[in-house]
Amino acid sequence: MRTLAKMTWLELKLFLREPLTVLFAFALPFTILFVMGGVFGNESDPDVYRNVGAMDYYIPAYIALVVASVGLISLPTHLATNRELGVLKRYRASGLPTTIVATSQIIVTLVIGAVSAVLLVLVGIPVHDVVAANSVPMVLLGFFVSGLVFASLGVLLGAVLPSSRAAQALGVMLWFVMLMIGGAGPPPEVLTGTLGTIGEWTPLRHTIEIMQDGWLDLDPGNSWLIAIATVLLASLLAVRFFRWE
Amino acid sequence: MEQKLLPDGMATAISVHDLEKRYQDLIAVKDVSFEVEEGEIFGILGPNGAGKTTTVECLQGLRSIDGGDVSVLGLDPRRDALKLRQLIGSQLQESALPDRVRVWEALDLFASLKQGGSSWEHLLKSWGLGEKRDSKFSELSGGQRQRLFVALSLVNNPQLVFLDEMTTGLDPSSRRTAWDLIRRIRDQGTTVVLVTHFMDEAETLCDRLVLFNGGTIVAEGTPESLIDRHAGQVRVRFTGPPSGLEWLSDVPHVAGVIQDGTRYEVSGDGPVLAHVGAALVSRGLEPPDLRVERATLEDVFLLLTSNSETPR
Repeated sequence: MRTLAKMTWLELKLFLREPLTVLFAFALPFTILFVMGGVFGNESDPDVYRNVGAMDYYIPAYIALVVASVGLISLPTHLATNRELGVLKRYRASGLPTTIVATSQIIVTLVIGAVSAVLLVLVGIPVHDVVAANSVPMVLLGFFVSGLVFASLGVLLGAVLPSSRAAQALGVMLWFVMLMIGGAGPPPEVLTGTLGTIGEWTPLRHTIEIMQDGWLDLDPGNSWLIAIATVLLASLLAVRFFRWE
Repeated sequence: MEQKLLPDGMATAISVHDLEKRYQDLIAVKDVSFEVEEGEIFGILGPNGAGKTTTVECLQGLRSIDGGDVSVLGLDPRRDALKLRQLIGSQLQESALPDRVRVWEALDLFASLKQGGSSWEHLLKSWGLGEKRDSKFSELSGGQRQRLFVALSLVNNPQLVFLDEMTTGLDPSSRRTAWDLIRRIRDQGTTVVLVTHFMDEAETLCDRLVLFNGGTIVAEGTPESLIDRHAGQVRVRFTGPPSGLEWLSDVPHVAGVIQDGTRYEVSGDGPVLAHVGAALVSRGLEPPDLRVERATLEDVFLLLTSNSETPR
């Protein structure tokens, strides 16, 4: 436990010492928030945004997006870099268990995601007159599950990708694609055909829907189930394919 | 496996029997057997690619084994890797820390792996890192990184420590300091396995050593016994008259004489210097530059590894 606490604290500090990850986790979501808020305002339209105000739609979606950026970009890049440089080998030779390496990453994802989410909410609600959360416990649960979804995907990507460059490239691409077609960019209603179908299969779409379930009381469909299945599957694969060097 | 007690009461820290390790078709290590006693500094020497690092990584359970038996502190590194790593320290040849981690943070993290914790402040001082306490890993010089890795390998007060190319990148005075510290660790009862290709380091530090070549052990013993056995010849050099010293080859213990103008090189064994000196003086010759050259471990190394093709 003591080692896990120290490792997690150290990883949090390392996260904050890395300009790129800080940028993705804290600056980018706000940029998107202000741009989208400026463009769409918060009037509801029956044709798009699941019939709620654009910003009501986007705030819970951006919380999922923030966790996705930590999980898909920062986490795999960090893990792959550590393997590439021999840091993981160093850890292993000292008897640091895989579980501590992975768990600390998951906690970091949740903590950074939580801080960024709180900032988003604190800024977003007054500026864009966003509706308050319908059920705070459900929002917290949704955040926790979303965090696990992207942390486990991140550990999996970090476990299998051969280099930090590969991890960073693929992470940024996945995040951007999910942002565009997963429902955190253009409203899902305007995405039709193949793009729309692919969008429905992105993990981001399901985490957005479970966040919106708690925040706006919108029907989540199978999203809770799919999100939890994603966590289990990604975790199993990560354990199976994890490489120290 | 039970720890075997040696006759003089020393226990075996490591025992290796017929270790074999392959990387696909390449045989990295084969027929390797040796024992390391508790409380000694045991050297593993050899050219690059001879199988030294592979062997110590197998001993730490960092690599799987394709054949043979290995026991480290009475544990099987394959089955009890996590338990074993609590008891040993390891300074790996190729490893790193995250660029932005600070020296004290690394020590603090690794110290927490020891059950009940471990203090690390004294290591900062003895390994000359006191002023670098708050420096980031990326800001350290090669030698400072190396010293940090040695300090990290000792932070859990291990019973056995593996040091792989410990002094690579250290300046001469840091090397001497490192040697003193290693002796002190041994004197406190820690067994030290030292992988090195510095012959002077092995000769000064190692109680016993094995010499690897081409994935197998080609010589084993104390540094002195290896020198005696494989390069026991002594060379005596001096300047003398250009002719008239044919009698030299009849002096006891002389094996050969090479003359180059006025320069002589007499080779022989054991007390050849005393005999040559006495013979010269008795004939009225007192060369002021009479000197003897004993073989070093380096000569043994070059002799026994001259046929090595260095793969990898």
